[in-house]
Amino acid sequence: MRPSRAYAGRGMADSIDKLQMSITKRYGGKVVLDQFPLEIVGREFVTFLGPSGCGKSTALGIIAGLVPPSDGEIHLNGRRIDDVPPEKRGFGMVFQNYALFPHLTVFGNIAFGLSLQKRSSEEIDKRVRDMLGLVRLAGYEDRYPGQLSGGQQQRVAIARALVLHPRLMLFDEPLSNLDAKLRVEMRAEIKQLHTRLGLTSIYVTHDQAEALSLSDRIVVLREGVLMQVGTPQEIHDRPKNVFVADFMGFRNFLDVTLGKEAGGMIEAGFKGQILQARARDSFHPGERAVLAIRPEDVRLGQSGDGVNVLRGKVELVEYLGREQEAEITLDGGARLWVRSHEKIVLGETLDLTLPADKFVLLRRE
Amino acid sequence: MRGRMWKLAIYLFLLGFILNLLGIVTHVVVSSFAKRWFGKPLPPAFTTDWFTYAWREFELSHVLFITLFIALAVVFIALAIGFPAAYVLARRNFNAKPVLLLLYFLPLLIPQMTYGIPLATTLYGFGVGGTVIGVILAVLVPMVPLAVFILLPFFEQISFNLEWSAQMLGASRLQIFRRILLPLMLPGILTAGLLVLVNTISNFELAFLLAGGGSQTLVVALYYNVFAGGVRPVYSIDAMAVIYMCTVMAVLLVALRFVRPTQMVFRLDGRRN
Amino acid sequence: MARIRSDSRSELDLVAILCLTPSLLYVLAMFVYPFLYGIYISLQPKKRDAGIFSNYVAFFNDAYQCNTIKTTFMLALPTTIAVVLVALFLAYGMRRGIWFERTITTILVLPISLGVVFLSEGILGFYGHNGWLNQLLLAVGLIQNPLELTHNSIGVIFSLFMQNFPFCFLMLLGYISGIDPSLESSARMLGAGPWTIFRRVMFPLIAPGLIIAFALVFVMSFAVFPSAVMVGQPAGSTRTISIAAYQQAFEQYDMSYASAIAVIMGLCQLAALVVIVLVRRRMTIATTMGVGKR
Ligand SMILES: Nc1ncnc2c1ncn2[C@@H]1O[C@H](COP(=O)(O)OP(=O)(O)OP(=O)(O)O)[C@@H](O)[C@H]1O
Ligand SMILES: [Mg+2]
Repeated sequence: MRPSRAYAGRGMADSIDKLQMSITKRYGGKVVLDQFPLEIVGREFVTFLGPSGCGKSTALGIIAGLVPPSDGEIHLNGRRIDDVPPEKRGFGMVFQNYALFPHLTVFGNIAFGLSLQKRSSEEIDKRVRDMLGLVRLAGYEDRYPGQLSGGQQQRVAIARALVLHPRLMLFDEPLSNLDAKLRVEMRAEIKQLHTRLGLTSIYVTHDQAEALSLSDRIVVLREGVLMQVGTPQEIHDRPKNVFVADFMGFRNFLDVTLGKEAGGMIEAGFKGQILQARARDSFHPGERAVLAIRPEDVRLGQSGDGVNVLRGKVELVEYLGREQEAEITLDGGARLWVRSHEKIVLGETLDLTLPADKFVLLRRE
Repeated sequence: MRGRMWKLAIYLFLLGFILNLLGIVTHVVVSSFAKRWFGKPLPPAFTTDWFTYAWREFELSHVLFITLFIALAVVFIALAIGFPAAYVLARRNFNAKPVLLLLYFLPLLIPQMTYGIPLATTLYGFGVGGTVIGVILAVLVPMVPLAVFILLPFFEQISFNLEWSAQMLGASRLQIFRRILLPLMLPGILTAGLLVLVNTISNFELAFLLAGGGSQTLVVALYYNVFAGGVRPVYSIDAMAVIYMCTVMAVLLVALRFVRPTQMVFRLDGRRN
Repeated sequence: MARIRSDSRSELDLVAILCLTPSLLYVLAMFVYPFLYGIYISLQPKKRDAGIFSNYVAFFNDAYQCNTIKTTFMLALPTTIAVVLVALFLAYGMRRGIWFERTITTILVLPISLGVVFLSEGILGFYGHNGWLNQLLLAVGLIQNPLELTHNSIGVIFSLFMQNFPFCFLMLLGYISGIDPSLESSARMLGAGPWTIFRRVMFPLIAPGLIIAFALVFVMSFAVFPSAVMVGQPAGSTRTISIAAYQQAFEQYDMSYASAIAVIMGLCQLAALVVIVLVRRRMTIATTMGVGKR
């Protein structure tokens, strides 16, 4: 047998300083990842966010070493690791369907990696039990995976990876099989473990709420192309393009033609009306652009100065509990989504104010 | 690197298996066209005479007729009694169902030689041993369960709701059967029919134990001639083998247009379905 | 018609019973009854005054007959081990899909469909004393005298292999490729190399299927008849138990003795199955507990 693990004996201190990569992946002729660049520093929590099929799992698999990249390099702390097989990279991974070994007990599953490292049975026993305590599963040692609930299986999967003190934790949509309530609970637990143990984590999800709540940085992907990297706040408030904005809950996109710029504000012609928006570099008068705004940022009624006021008729009302969201057909024929606590009545005609500082100015695609 | 070697070993083995199979089949074919062939890589001269010889001497027209008659009769009866049974087994729940499924599975699981001898004893006792009817009755023993187990998953695929909604629309049971089940089951019936056909034509043990002089199927006749080696020229026996092969292949080619190859090994894989 | 599927209520109505009756009657009359009848007449020896077990006593006292069990076993066991090992090796290597999958499976299905009689005839020619294989090996100079590969137990084992390997392979391939591939990935992420993955993760999961395959191949091989006659030496080294039964029935016309041998053959197969099932119990208690994901 060959030596089981190059990083055996490594402690928590041996975490990563920096992971850099730029990779391309093709399946047949189809480009799944197009020179996907990434840089991660130690103790960071980075999320890959994007719709189904955009290449998130592929990117994660390449980092793990499970999927060979077609092109590009991966560097860990300055050393190239492309040729290092997954079992020697010292990374931990949690799979979407947990992938617990059905023929091993909870204890056996968590002890699996340690026993491959030929640890003493006392050490294995202690570390597995500590880990079970950490994921709040003490007492479940002798159960088989088939006898656990989804959330418990999930915690075993996390414990199984964490017990080896991985330098980098990879999570592939670990919560997508759980119900909504458990999802919120588990995501808090994952974040807590990350902080407490000083992990470096990459987390794949298509749920924007999950990404926002967990991450230090979010990487938004679309069909294998990087769309935007930034802190949750940057992504949430200042999406760089229509795709990211749409993904982050901007429901209203107004096609406008830009006018003159003055005092940090720029004029935007929309269906014969002039709207005011905050100016941004690299947008110039005469250009065609998109103004994006979230339904919850649209206000009902006239504002004091009468700027950015549009008029329309309520076409549809969705009841959302505390709020309602309504679709409004503007006089010009365009449609606008509005969210409000106030009561909106179907068929009534409303004035809407679109606050200038809530607009995000984007390029038309 | 190690993975490559592994893959290579696998493909080499498969290649070996296929070449070997090809060699076996080709040898029979070449031999059937040989005038004389001894100790040389290829026969010095070729002829088609052995086919006419075999056709005449082995009364192949009769044998082929018997074979097809038996095969079609088996297909028809197996489907006729297997179809309703598969329907009930797929659709209804009752306590004895697992026992019944096991009972139907046993003739597929137990080797035909094991139950063939008592079966032959019984059928000879009834006086149908050695007749075409005897062969049909014997071969049906594994073929009825085969038809049932092939049809079962096809029934399971048809949603209950279809039958129920037809009922809600006022269809009687006979109408449901004729206008809903039968058309939807056509692929299943085709699959089951073809697989029963192939298996019957190539069935040896039961046909062998029950066949008499006038009721030999092609494969049984072939066996007797190989067994009696030396009585007839080996080339004529190979000609007969080629005729047998072509018969099976013809059915198989048709079958493979509708059937996944892996369904052929069903009979021993049935439990997982 | 019963609308609600419930476990407590039987859903057998008149129509259902009518549907089941023909096939059930058939199986009972043509399978169960002959079986019982076979056991019954095996206890009614031809000679009037003999005891009811005299056929069995005769079988086990006659070395010529009794040895067929050993002969058959020595043919069936090596065949089964070879078939299962090779099929496992191939199916495991191909679990992530193979090139030309449909073509390969079609070719593999051929020997099953052609049947053992045709195959044996081909083996006699191809592997025979003057067959292509011997000619090739002689020409290349690998051997000086032709290998004797037919009319002995090698030929029979070979013929059985050709017949049983494809089905065992296709069955195992289906079984193994049904195992969730992320189990392997996760074992790798935990530090396991290819061999460790096989030994500690995949093999325990494959074992139940492997044992079923082993049992089926063994039982089939144990009933070997046509290839033992055609490519073997039916009067000598490959006189299997089914040949003994056949000879009693159709050459000696002693149906009673023949049935007794058939019963013994069935019991041998049953014994093998029981042993295999017991092994399986011991090996796979854990896997019966259920599979990880819901
Ligand atoms: N083995 C493969 N062969 C061919 N194409 C593949 C393969 N694996 C993935 N793909 C393709 O690559 C693209 C990205 O797949 P990937 O699994 O990375 O998506 P994803 O972002 O993880 O999606 P999801 O959220 O649904 O998990 C998809 O279009 C998929 O069809
Ligand atoms: Mg994915």
